[in-house]
Amino acid sequence: MKTWQCVVCGFTYDETKGDPEHGLEPGTSWENVPADWSCPDCGVAKADFEMVEV
Amino acid sequence: MSQQPVVIIGSGLAGYTVAREFRKLDTETPVLMLSQVHAGFYSKPMLSNAFAQHKNAESLLIKDAAKMAAEVKIDIRQSAKVTAIDPEKMQLQINGEAQPYSKLILALGADPIRLPLQGDGADAVLSVNDLDDYRGFREAIDGKKNIAILGAGLIGCEFANDLVVAGFKVHVIDLAPQLLGRLLPQESAAFMQRKLEQAGVVFHLGTTTQKVERVGGQLSLVLANGENIIADVVLSAVGLKPKTALAASAGIKTNRGIVVDSLLQTTFPNIYALGDCAEVEGRVLPFVMPIMQAARALASTLSGKPTPLHYPAMPVVVKTPACPVLVSPPEPGAQGAWEIEENDDGIKAVFNHTNGQMLGFALMGAAVSEKASLTQQLPALS
Repeated sequence: MKTWQCVVCGFTYDETKGDPEHGLEPGTSWENVPADWSCPDCGVAKADFEMVEV
Repeated sequence: MSQQPVVIIGSGLAGYTVAREFRKLDTETPVLMLSQVHAGFYSKPMLSNAFAQHKNAESLLIKDAAKMAAEVKIDIRQSAKVTAIDPEKMQLQINGEAQPYSKLILALGADPIRLPLQGDGADAVLSVNDLDDYRGFREAIDGKKNIAILGAGLIGCEFANDLVVAGFKVHVIDLAPQLLGRLLPQESAAFMQRKLEQAGVVFHLGTTTQKVERVGGQLSLVLANGENIIADVVLSAVGLKPKTALAASAGIKTNRGIVVDSLLQTTFPNIYALGDCAEVEGRVLPFVMPIMQAARALASTLSGKPTPLHYPAMPVVVKTPACPVLVSPPEPGAQGAWEIEENDDGIKAVFNHTNGQMLGFALMGAAVSEKASLTQQLPALS
């Protein structure tokens, strides 16, 4: 499991925790995060800004 | 006759996002971005919490101008200083040369506000408003211990938390009696202050810095309340002022920011503004989420489909790990009152209109987990 960081605002997405508030179960890998998901903090679309692995 | 480019002045998040969104809709029209400096792409919100992320100025730079130009498929001109705009002729003066445009986007950003300070150390006070400032700040604090921060607002508190965790001794001074004065009710601000104090930050509130003097390689701050603080480096974080001078000199209407309507259009056709320099229907919102919303709407308008900007509710995250904060302040002048629930782990403040409609909130600590459910209840801004 990896942690990813939004390049625009610094939000971190932890695959082990997922993003349950936005429908992503714990354990959802970044690869499986849908393309229409956007950063909950800044609204950047997944497709626009690669999350960087930290 | 060849097609004149869409010209974007500014290479910050606003400039790059509008370029990227426009390219999704129009792959043909030439786009020229003008940067006063190097046009490297980086995350501005991370400047004030980069220590905790183990990042320095080099690692914060995500892509340089050449990579961005290739990726977004635009032309980028570095060190391009625009000295004048001629809205009638639809052209700019760049470093003394004329550059025509078909559409002009002002994504100029904002300048840090500087307090009027007395003393021979006033010119040593730093501000961090871009990546180059940040590089200078990191060099200035290298090997030092004591930092004084002017301003207990969002950026001041983020820097304070980041630096205290990194081992610095941090003093924060603000004229306001509380933290994040424009965003938080008093009880929430007090909670946040306690958490940051527990982390080691020392606050001097309800007073102001009058004088900064050089004393043997250090800086001595004299406060209005008579206190004296010795610091190695003084960082000013008292707010931002939209860059309006270039627009004003071209006859474009400005107020607090460059005045634009819901289409992000200035008082001239074919000239638009967004981001920290813009005042959109009376609002200046220097945050990431409003920029993303504005860039998408403007890109659509530029591609021939006029699209008014509608802001949803846009809570702001304050990156203070000692006290996680999510705040969506009620609009200035909103009728209603704060309701506060507090325990040891967090504090939830909700601003309700007299008719029961929730108009804002401030969540801290454990209460941040209620983000999604509360955000859904907020009305859109426009």
